Amino acid sequence: MKEVTCTLNGLEKSFARNHVLRGIDLQLRAGEVTALMGANGAGKSTLVKILCGYHFADSGRMELGGAPYAPADAADAISKGVVTVHQSIDDGVIPDLDVATNLTLDRLTEPGVGLFVNDRKLRRQARAVAESMGLTMDVRTRVADLDVADRQMIAIARAMARSPKLLILDEPTSSLSASEAERLFNLIDRLRADGVAILYISHRMSDIRRVADRIVSMRDGTISGFFDTEPLDYVGAVNAMLGHQMTEVDIDPVTGGEAVLEARELRLFADSPPIDFTAREGEVIAFTGLLGSGTTELAEVLFGLAEPADGVLLLDGKAYRPASATEAVACGVFMSPKDRSVNAVIADFDIADNMTLPFLKAFSRFSFLSERAQRRASSSMIDRIGVKCQSERDGIGTLSGGNQQKVMIGRWLLEDARVLLLDEPFQGVDIGARRDIGKYIRQTAAGRTTLVFVAEIDEALEIADRIIVLNEAMIAGEYVNRDVDLNHLVAAVSGPARVPASGQPFPTSPKQAIA
Amino acid sequence: MNSNDTSRSALELAIRYGFIVLLCGLAVFFSIYASGFASARSAVFIFQSVAITGILALGVTCTLVVGGFDLSIGSVATSALMLSAYTMVILEQSAFVAVVVCLAMGALVGLINGLLIVKMRVPDLLATLGMMFLLIGLQRIPTQGNSIATGMNLPDGSVAEGTFSAAFLWLGRHRFDLFLDRLLPVPVVVFLLIALIIWLFLGYTRHGRLMYAIGSNERAAGLVGTNVHRYKIVAYMISGMLASVGGILLAARLGRGDIASGNNLLLDSVAAALIGFAVLGAARPNAFGTAAGALFVGILLQGLTMMNAPYYMQDFVKGAVLVAALVFTFYLSSRRGGRRTA
Repeated sequence: MKEVTCTLNGLEKSFARNHVLRGIDLQLRAGEVTALMGANGAGKSTLVKILCGYHFADSGRMELGGAPYAPADAADAISKGVVTVHQSIDDGVIPDLDVATNLTLDRLTEPGVGLFVNDRKLRRQARAVAESMGLTMDVRTRVADLDVADRQMIAIARAMARSPKLLILDEPTSSLSASEAERLFNLIDRLRADGVAILYISHRMSDIRRVADRIVSMRDGTISGFFDTEPLDYVGAVNAMLGHQMTEVDIDPVTGGEAVLEARELRLFADSPPIDFTAREGEVIAFTGLLGSGTTELAEVLFGLAEPADGVLLLDGKAYRPASATEAVACGVFMSPKDRSVNAVIADFDIADNMTLPFLKAFSRFSFLSERAQRRASSSMIDRIGVKCQSERDGIGTLSGGNQQKVMIGRWLLEDARVLLLDEPFQGVDIGARRDIGKYIRQTAAGRTTLVFVAEIDEALEIADRIIVLNEAMIAGEYVNRDVDLNHLVAAVSGPARVPASGQPFPTSPKQAIA
Repeated sequence: MNSNDTSRSALELAIRYGFIVLLCGLAVFFSIYASGFASARSAVFIFQSVAITGILALGVTCTLVVGGFDLSIGSVATSALMLSAYTMVILEQSAFVAVVVCLAMGALVGLINGLLIVKMRVPDLLATLGMMFLLIGLQRIPTQGNSIATGMNLPDGSVAEGTFSAAFLWLGRHRFDLFLDRLLPVPVVVFLLIALIIWLFLGYTRHGRLMYAIGSNERAAGLVGTNVHRYKIVAYMISGMLASVGGILLAARLGRGDIASGNNLLLDSVAAALIGFAVLGAARPNAFGTAAGALFVGILLQGLTMMNAPYYMQDFVKGAVLVAALVFTFYLSSRRGGRRTA
């Protein structure tokens, strides 16, 4: 049996009335990757924050390398050997400085380094660190100019420069492509061989299959499952996390009524081919594609945040060209944006104020707000969409990610939309909440057209009547969501959209786009 | 576990009511130890001493709410002071014209501040700092750096004939009867009225709610269809206009365009707005807090003065109160959230 690096004993934590951790016992061993799975709100993030010194536990004990461990703050946790790479990558790097400085920043704070920075020496050291991590870029590159995966690697390399005993990776692949993720996994393999204890937090089964030695499932603030016998019981782990068997969502695709939103010869970029589609009343269309395929840009164009390079949009047959979000909302086109903490949540507000924010006018007379009306509308939406909370006056920050997302989507369902745009509505949302949201969106779909923008094919299959695949800003395939040929769909998502250099034409789909 | 809960709710109470209790305690303390403190006249005097500062502070509160800051309020007030004197004494216009010109000037400065911040993307502190500088210089140009009073010599050799009209001086000097003869000065009434209006506006209208939303998460507020730019500009215009109201009242009290007046206005009013964060545990800008913060400083200074504390201690006392209030707001509120660093 391997040496135990870190032991947690009976950890408890509450935020106000919200009992988040209810006694966590866990051992993390050197040279092992422990995958931590849990729905949003299960308490994963809180556990991580206690480990990395951001929160205090209310009760319970932690030991690190045999000695009691109670970090006073984040810096203390790092100096004791617990290093965390957070989900949002830019927390881990300084984007405006070059790679060399980023990799050697910690050395600048060491005592006795002298007053002047020796750039050449710094670069030499940085190159050594970079090579040991398998990074090949020029160390003089500005970090902001690197792609996401390289930035992630640098964040981890910085963490490794402190030679941690315990490395915590919080959803590290959430913004990486498959090949980028593979590089990360190779790195994890190397660190495991070096005897680092790794706590790997993820929703993605493919990641967990690839790296995990043990799986710990969390549910409602307790450890609900523990799996460390080969072969690992992945299905059991998911069940322990959700508390019920994963079920396939059954969708009976509708074709929709009259045309609501039409795109004619729409070009997202000056050099991209035109896009044509028609969104009909009552149907849910999922636009899917890889990062950079144009889904985000399309959503922005439809909501008036960006201008298309060319082409026409028609809303109920009339020209639709919003110049701002304000105009889009006035036309009945609503959007729930992605990255809710940046783009949607008002952290200082409670649930009711967050939910009613877009339609405050409807809740006020002569500009004076009626708190009663706000509370009534919010509490009814809370019941319908299934937000888990004590009351509509709870601060939005007391909710888990999935419940926050329900509030963010619920806010756009308070009034009737003509077009509802949902950009990555399932981002950072556990499967339970994802099902709730998907079900409610489908239930209320009549009377409007709903466009959902998702990168995950599973999510598209769960919610849509029709799936349109974008690839390099053109429509690469269109599928009615009934017995979809998954291989075909995946090929459309990942395949080269344009005619490759060899002259081979892109395989066209039998159901491929209109026009 | 149980004692933990009690200490938490005790902390909650301290955050919520600590400041108000302190305010009342201070009043009681001075009533006992400073003879003459506990009288209607003394109370009115306190209000009068904080009225102009308080009006400016309410303006800056509006900019704080949208996540901005207005450093130009002090210089807008002194500009309004000079402009009103210039309009009446040199241009020989009526009180009404003077007031309208000053309010328009305040609104224009606010508009320019807002446009600099919103359209030119100049950071708020820098834009308003620049505006402050510009106004301090500008207000001296028409009179070549001199104060304005009736009978002064003009550059062209003539003598200024105009006077501060009685109606204008009324604004600064008239006192309404309330129980006692000539008790309530106009500036105090104006201060209380503006405090009430800003309190209602920020706390109870949808415009106020949207402004708070902008201050908390500007992107999110924009993405629900709020016209973020317009609200930010309006906030700076309110701030500019209230600052010029303060300047008008100051001019009306002094009765001359004194170039050296109003030096302390900026710091005092910003302090009042920031102290206001601590009131009722709001931990954010709010009109009630701002008014209470201004009063707090007023009571403290009045009491200390009546107990014969020297005048040069005043700034020190204000600074100490501000630092204490900021610690109170940011440290205790972050403890309340269960984490130690904000």
